Formats: sequence, C-alpha cells, structure tokens
Amino acid sequence: MLLYRTRVSHHHRIERDLQSESNDHRLRGSEMNTKYMNPYLAGFFLGLVLLATIFITGRGLGASGAVKDVVLTTVHAIAPAHAEHSTFFGSYFGEGKESPMKSWLVFEVIGVLIGAFISGLVSDRLKVVTESGPRVQPKLRWIFAVIGGALFGAGAQFARGCTSGAALSGMAVLSTAGFIAMLAIFGTGFAVAYFFRKLWI
Amino acid sequence: MGPFVPDLISDQLNLIVALILGIAFGFVLEQAGFSSSRRLAGVFYGYDFTVLRVFFTAAVTAMSGILLLGYAGLLDTEAIYINPTWLWPAVVGGAIMGLGFVLGGYCPGTSVCAAAIGKVDAMFFVGGGLLGVFVFGEMFPLFKTFFNSTALGPVRVYDSLGISGGLFAFILIAVAVSAFAITTIIERKVNSASLSRDFNLSKHRLAAIGVLALGLVFLVLPERKAHMISTVSSAGYVAAHPVKVMPVDELAYLLVDKETRLQMVDIRSPEQFAKLALPGSRNISLRDFFSKDNTALFSQRHVKKVIVADDEAQEKAGCLLLQSLGYENVAALEGGLPTFKHVILDSTAFVPTGSRWDNDVKTFRQTARAEIARMIDAGKNIAPKAVKTEKKIKGGC
Repeated sequence: MLLYRTRVSHHHRIERDLQSESNDHRLRGSEMNTKYMNPYLAGFFLGLVLLATIFITGRGLGASGAVKDVVLTTVHAIAPAHAEHSTFFGSYFGEGKESPMKSWLVFEVIGVLIGAFISGLVSDRLKVVTESGPRVQPKLRWIFAVIGGALFGAGAQFARGCTSGAALSGMAVLSTAGFIAMLAIFGTGFAVAYFFRKLWI
Repeated sequence: MGPFVPDLISDQLNLIVALILGIAFGFVLEQAGFSSSRRLAGVFYGYDFTVLRVFFTAAVTAMSGILLLGYAGLLDTEAIYINPTWLWPAVVGGAIMGLGFVLGGYCPGTSVCAAAIGKVDAMFFVGGGLLGVFVFGEMFPLFKTFFNSTALGPVRVYDSLGISGGLFAFILIAVAVSAFAITTIIERKVNSASLSRDFNLSKHRLAAIGVLALGLVFLVLPERKAHMISTVSSAGYVAAHPVKVMPVDELAYLLVDKETRLQMVDIRSPEQFAKLALPGSRNISLRDFFSKDNTALFSQRHVKKVIVADDEAQEKAGCLLLQSLGYENVAALEGGLPTFKHVILDSTAFVPTGSRWDNDVKTFRQTARAEIARMIDAGKNIAPKAVKTEKKIKGGC
C-alpha cells in the first residue's frame, strides 16, 4: 500500500512540477520551498510562545473561539432578538455580559493577523494568490476551502476548540480533551485523505 | 508565581497581552510554513510532514516547560486552565475537523495566518468557518443533548490512563521522536524535493537524544508536591528542624479571648473535620498548601498559623511545609487535637501541669471548656460558609 502510494505520488510529483511551471496562479514547486524556518526550531519557538501564554495568562492559545465571537457579534447586529433568544447564541448575551468582540481570543487573533503579516513582509511572501493542488482550478479550491472551513467551524464547537485551542494547548497542559481532539483530527485526516487525494497530489 | 492573571494582570491589560502573544503566535506560524495549504495538507499524503514536526515539537516544548516550571514552584499548575473533556463530542468534533482539514487545507489558526499574507483560498476558508459556526448555532437545539453528553470535567490524560504524569511525559516524548524519525524516512521516499533532505543529520540526532534525556528526567523526577510532603514528613527532617509548639492551654486562652491574629489550619481529612473542628479553623490539606488560592491566607505575617492534626508529628510536618514554601509565624498544637480534646474539651478530671498555679489552671480550663464547647456548637449551627469564589481563569475556544 505504502509502496504503491509512493510510486503514484512520485508520478504525480513530476506531473505537478510540470503543471506548476505553466500555471501562474499557483505557487511553483520551487517557491513552495523557500526560506521557511527549520520545522523543529519553529516548533520550539511555537512551544515557547504557548508556554509564555500559559505562564502569564494561565490559558492557552486558540483561534476558533474568535471565529465564534465574530459570528455572535454579526448575528446580534443583524437580528438582536433572534440572537438573544437562540439556544446557542443566547447564552453569550444578556445583562452584565461584555461584547463578544472584547474577548481574549479576538485580540489574540488580531495579533495573529499582524504577526503573520510581519512575517510575510520580512520573508517576502506577501502575495495575493490562490494555492491549490496541481490538478485543482482556483474556483474548485475556493469551494472546498469554504466547505473545509465550515466543517472546521462546526467541529470546533463540538470539541470546544480547534487544532490550536483544543489539540495543541490541550496537549501542552496534558488535558485528556487535547489528546482526544488531536487523535480525532489527525486520525480522520489520514483516514479520509485517500478519497480526496486529487485535491492535493 | 505564575500565572499572573488575574492577580497581577487585570482583565483589560490581559487583552493587550493577548494581542502581543497573538503577534508572536502568527509570526512563528507563518515562519514555520503554516501559511501554505499545500504544506499543511502534505502531512496527510506523506510529501511534507512539516505540520507534524512543528505541532509535536511545540506540544512537547510547552508541556516540558510547564512541568519544569511547576516543579521549580514557579507556576501553579493547579491554577492553569485545563480544557474540560466531553468525550464523544470531542471525538465527533475532531473527526469533523479532520475532514475539514483535508478538504480545506487549513485549520482556523493557520487560515488566519495565510489570509494575512494574501492567500485567497485561506480567506474563503475563514469565511467558511464563520458559516460553519453560524449553521451550528442555528441547528444547535438538534445537537444540544449530544453536545452536553459524556462530560468528564477537566481531567488530565495521565489520570485517564491511570499512569503517572512523568511516565506519560516520557512516552509522549518517545512517541514524538520516533514519529519524527519515521515520517522523515517516508517523506524522503515520497518527495524528492523534501526540505528534510537539507536537515543537518548530526544536529538533529543530537537534539533527539537531548529531548529523550529530558523525557527520562521526567520519568525519574518525583512529583514536586509529593516529594516535598514526603521530605518534610520524614522523622529525620522533623527532628533536624525545630518547630514552635503551642501549648493547649495557650490555644484555649487565645480561643476564649477571640484572638484575631490566630488562624488554625486543620490538615485532617474533610470527614474528620466535619465531625469535630476547633472554632474558626480552616480545613486545608497539605497538597492545597501549594495552591495560589491559599497564598493570601498564609502570607499574613502577623497571623499565627497553628497547624492542627491527629498528632504533633503531622502538625510539625505541616509547619515545615509552610516554612519551606516561604511562610512565617507557624506553630504546631501541643500533642495534636486528641490532647486538646482530652485536656480542654472532654475530661472533667484535671490533668495537672505540675506548676504551682495548678489551681488557677483548673479554674481557667473549666471556663474555657464551657466557652469553647459553646463556640463549637455555635459553629455547627451556622450553615457551612460558601467557599469564597476566587476569580477563576477563563479559557478555551
């Protein structure tokens, strides 16, 4: 199985590289491999950022919570009565509750936007581009990005967090939830990857 | 001692801290290559295991740091936020996210990162995320029962598995290092242009050995609290470290006198404490001496902390523990609670002190007996005070 996949992907890689050359909207093979930090070093720094976060604030990093806060605020701005009476959204509104936008995670994610932009700037990676597998046109990529995002958004509600908030931060504090989320996310990813291989290889 | 929220850092300042930490988070994610969906998806196809390397290195780094800081007494590991477990919702939610990862090529944090440097697909992913949360929210009544099912609370993974924290940390490190080695071999076979071909082999091997050695340290390092408690409890340690002992008559006098600069700390079990407790005493276990919640109580220097237990040796261990945690003005109750009970509370037969004021002592004890018994009864009639609600750290997504 592994050998088979290896051969197939070897074939695809050549194909991909050929295609990359001819498609400007896509990142070229060479461009994909520029100047990224050694992954272990990056992981070490990421771990230090997470450690600092837990040491200073007592809580971990996250992302999906900020997405929820934006949704809460939007729904409340458009249909206040609906938001306040909703079973799910309603619990976030009411007497004495701060605006969802004034949350720790919203500020953290604004920081992520700034930090990533700075990194892109110093490493010369700022470019409006759609990145996709070698056989995927941008429109199809966008559709799958929306579907993937929606699944992540909904899944993160069940698991009370995403890869950052539930899995990574959870593993750092050795919470059972963190390890379950990590195993479920990556386990499912590996289990279904074969069926969607045409999206990426 | 960390964490600094909510004591040293206010909620308002915490938002600025969030922004700064977020900037660092975003910068590192982007530098790691997490702004590229093809690299992220690569982990599922074997052509790029960057995600796995960064993710597990970060988890191991942060976990090791927390364990070491906790051991050094610099971080109160009981005070940090442990995300609670809802077993099946976590499994199902994780599976949905795994599918979303393969289809979308990002996770929420990395999509924000990629959108920041202009990736259009990431912007669509972020939009999809908003849509997903909205749809979930609208359909929530359908899932509500499942959503709240199998709640296990903030459990630690080593407790769930029934092993020690040190053993788990070692296993996690060993698994991570093995996964790094195996996936690098796979990646090089699958992807001839793999970045891992540029790795400096000797440096990476050295790092792996170093991390494994750290894992071994965790394995043999006794848990700090258990270690300190057993140290101060050993007979030799107690003998070598003299502790002030408060005679039962003195305590009785202070109680009757309603002395305010006195705090009895009862280290017996809650069951024993419920049966009989001295008026005004607080039931705090030795393990809770480490908690930040009790710092305010113990650090009042002018208040004498009298440790109460079944025997004097246990009390002395409690005193020594408080002293080694940096608190002052502590004392053990002479002979433990049974002695106090016998001399002051129960016995109408006089236990002589051998001094020439024995007659006065006798009179005093009779008065004290009646008064303290009344205070204990009064204490029993008062409904148990609601535990002071400390400001708790909020967390989670």
